[in-house]
Amino acid sequence: MTLTAVPPPSGPGPGGAGAALLEATPEFERAAARADSRRGFLLSLPAYVYLLLFFAIPFGIVVIYSVATRNTIGGTDLAGWNLDSYRRLAEPIVRDILFRSLWIAVLTTLICLVVAYPFSYFIATRTPTVRNIMLVFVMIPFWTNFLVRNYAWRVILGSDGPFAAVTEALGLGRQEILFTHSAVILGLVYGFLPFMVLPLYAAIERIDGSLIEAGRDLYASGAQTFRRVLLPLSMPGVLAGSILVFVPSLGAYVTPQILGGGKSTMLGSYIVVQFLTARNWPLGASLSFVLMTVMLTATLIYFRAGGRNL
Amino acid sequence: MPSAVPAVGLHQITKRFGDVIAVDSVDLEIADGEFFALLGPSGCGKTTTLRLIAGLEFPTTGSLRIFGDEVGTLPPNRRPVNTVFQNYALFPHMTAEENVAFGLRMRKIPKAEVEPRVRDAIALVHMEGMEQRRPDQLSGGQQQRVALARALVNSPKVLLLDEPLGALDLKLREAMQLELKALQREVGITFVFVTHDQGEALAMSDRIGVMDGGRLLQVGAPEEIYARPTNRFVADFIGHANLLDGMVTGPDRVTLTNGVTIAAPSDIQPGGRVTVSLRPEQAFLHRQGGAPEHHASVDGQVEQVTYLGNALIYRVSFQWMHIDVREENRPGGASVGAGDDVTVSWEPSSVAVVQD
Ligand SMILES: Nc1ncnc2c1ncn2[C@@H]1O[C@H](COP(=O)(O)OP(=O)(O)OP(=O)(O)O)[C@@H](O)[C@H]1O
Ligand SMILES: [Mg+2]
Repeated sequence: MTLTAVPPPSGPGPGGAGAALLEATPEFERAAARADSRRGFLLSLPAYVYLLLFFAIPFGIVVIYSVATRNTIGGTDLAGWNLDSYRRLAEPIVRDILFRSLWIAVLTTLICLVVAYPFSYFIATRTPTVRNIMLVFVMIPFWTNFLVRNYAWRVILGSDGPFAAVTEALGLGRQEILFTHSAVILGLVYGFLPFMVLPLYAAIERIDGSLIEAGRDLYASGAQTFRRVLLPLSMPGVLAGSILVFVPSLGAYVTPQILGGGKSTMLGSYIVVQFLTARNWPLGASLSFVLMTVMLTATLIYFRAGGRNL
Repeated sequence: MPSAVPAVGLHQITKRFGDVIAVDSVDLEIADGEFFALLGPSGCGKTTTLRLIAGLEFPTTGSLRIFGDEVGTLPPNRRPVNTVFQNYALFPHMTAEENVAFGLRMRKIPKAEVEPRVRDAIALVHMEGMEQRRPDQLSGGQQQRVALARALVNSPKVLLLDEPLGALDLKLREAMQLELKALQREVGITFVFVTHDQGEALAMSDRIGVMDGGRLLQVGAPEEIYARPTNRFVADFIGHANLLDGMVTGPDRVTLTNGVTIAAPSDIQPGGRVTVSLRPEQAFLHRQGGAPEHHASVDGQVEQVTYLGNALIYRVSFQWMHIDVREENRPGGASVGAGDDVTVSWEPSSVAVVQD
């Protein structure tokens, strides 16, 4: 901190230190506010530049391509603007993929929520040392490349893999779920579970334990205390975790590709096919646009719901 | 009519946390309608005792009864007691009114009954007009009132309060002490009140239980605890006391470790090691030889005078021991200074002799 003559943050009302000498005139306050916003702009400039270069401009390009025309040799003409590619979204094949992606993402999110909640509660109620150890365990998978971990699941779920062996030993027959929707959901849950655990943990950890006790003391059963006290107070974590799992699940590419068997199970794979194989850039772009809109909407809902803290 | 069955009965209650014995074989009966204070220094097991009664903790051994019913391992929602938590523990996502209604709603009390009861409880603690505020829009004192209403609205048989005034400033605390006491008389519910503030315990309670190191050392009315402590810790912890070590050397005679023998009635056998406790305000200062006939006395020299504003403390030394004497600062009081030879006297009945 430098010792320049920065005007004190002068809030309205009494109680400002030294108010008797340094009368905060309206002009003074306006000048201070201007200086404040100037400083704020300078500090956030790198972030703005980054967003512009790597989000706004590419997004604009995607939008432009989505309304462009596909020519006969598989290229794209930036002319003859039209909404044909958006009309194609209503075609059964595209629509099916859209809906399938949506329900797979929703189901993944719900499973993550159900699995992560008790686990996060457990971590949050341990002693600080145990807590930290468990959080490290949650993050250990990140030390291995995501692609490698997905291939590991392929081995586990494969026909000679341990999963089939276990289900056989349990008397359920040799279950082979590789290249099914179940495998994709399993892989997505596995991959994104930490994104649910961490915000949930942060939210639950912040809740004063005596509130739970107060609930019990005031005649609430364990289940009622959960519903009336714990769940509402951990809502920011539930929302944050759900967004963090739902958004990448919806756009997932690697997991459906590897565990779903390369069939266009989900939107991500289908978009790649449009760009690389079918060479229908306008359709790929319009799909990308829809996907991003859904994700942005989800994120906005989260912020509107008052979630600030991840 | 108060019930003849004790509101709360603890019999040989012990609570361990690993190696720590938080509550150590406590026997205690609290009568119906009583304002009972649990008093003791930090970490002595007051909160744990209260939590055992509330059901937030289960005893390791012993029996715990509420109005005669064994409740040892009953969960808190199935006990007829409510707690006012130390930090109030108001639900931050509910308004004051919703907080107060919570217990009734959980018990599925009909809506038509909930509303008037909540209104009455809010009126009882003078919080009308603040029903729609959330806890973070209330001052500490107001939160405390809401917490009180939230517990009282359920008409518990016993109300447990864990240092409910601890977070308030001195003025408000004193006002709330009177109010809480009046409220208890009004509702007639048994209050078990935890505090480490002896002034608060003396001012408010019908009876006080003094705890130390998980043990309940003495239970009695405030006057009794103050005037007749039965052990050294209680004498030392409650108020100020001159604690003089010695040995019983005859009927009603104690020879102090500095060789001075004083009159101090007790029924302890000669030879027993004891501590004589004498309150500074029960001791009187005289010019040497000027003590009244029926008083016990020792001669000594004023070592130090401490000015307190409303009173003066004279430290009188006699044979390397000393006694503090407190005199109210009244016009025409003794004009004694450091170095003066004096006699300290007291009524023999005003000392307490406790066995070590
Ligand atoms: N959950 C727990 N686990 C381990 N030890 C505990 C637990 N709760 C209390 N203790 C220990 O039991 C002892 C009594 O604690 P308690 O909270 O009853 O004290 P207290 O008299 O209420 O003190 P204070 O005035 O500081 O609130 C302390 O030594 C404390 O460290
Ligand atoms: Mg305590």
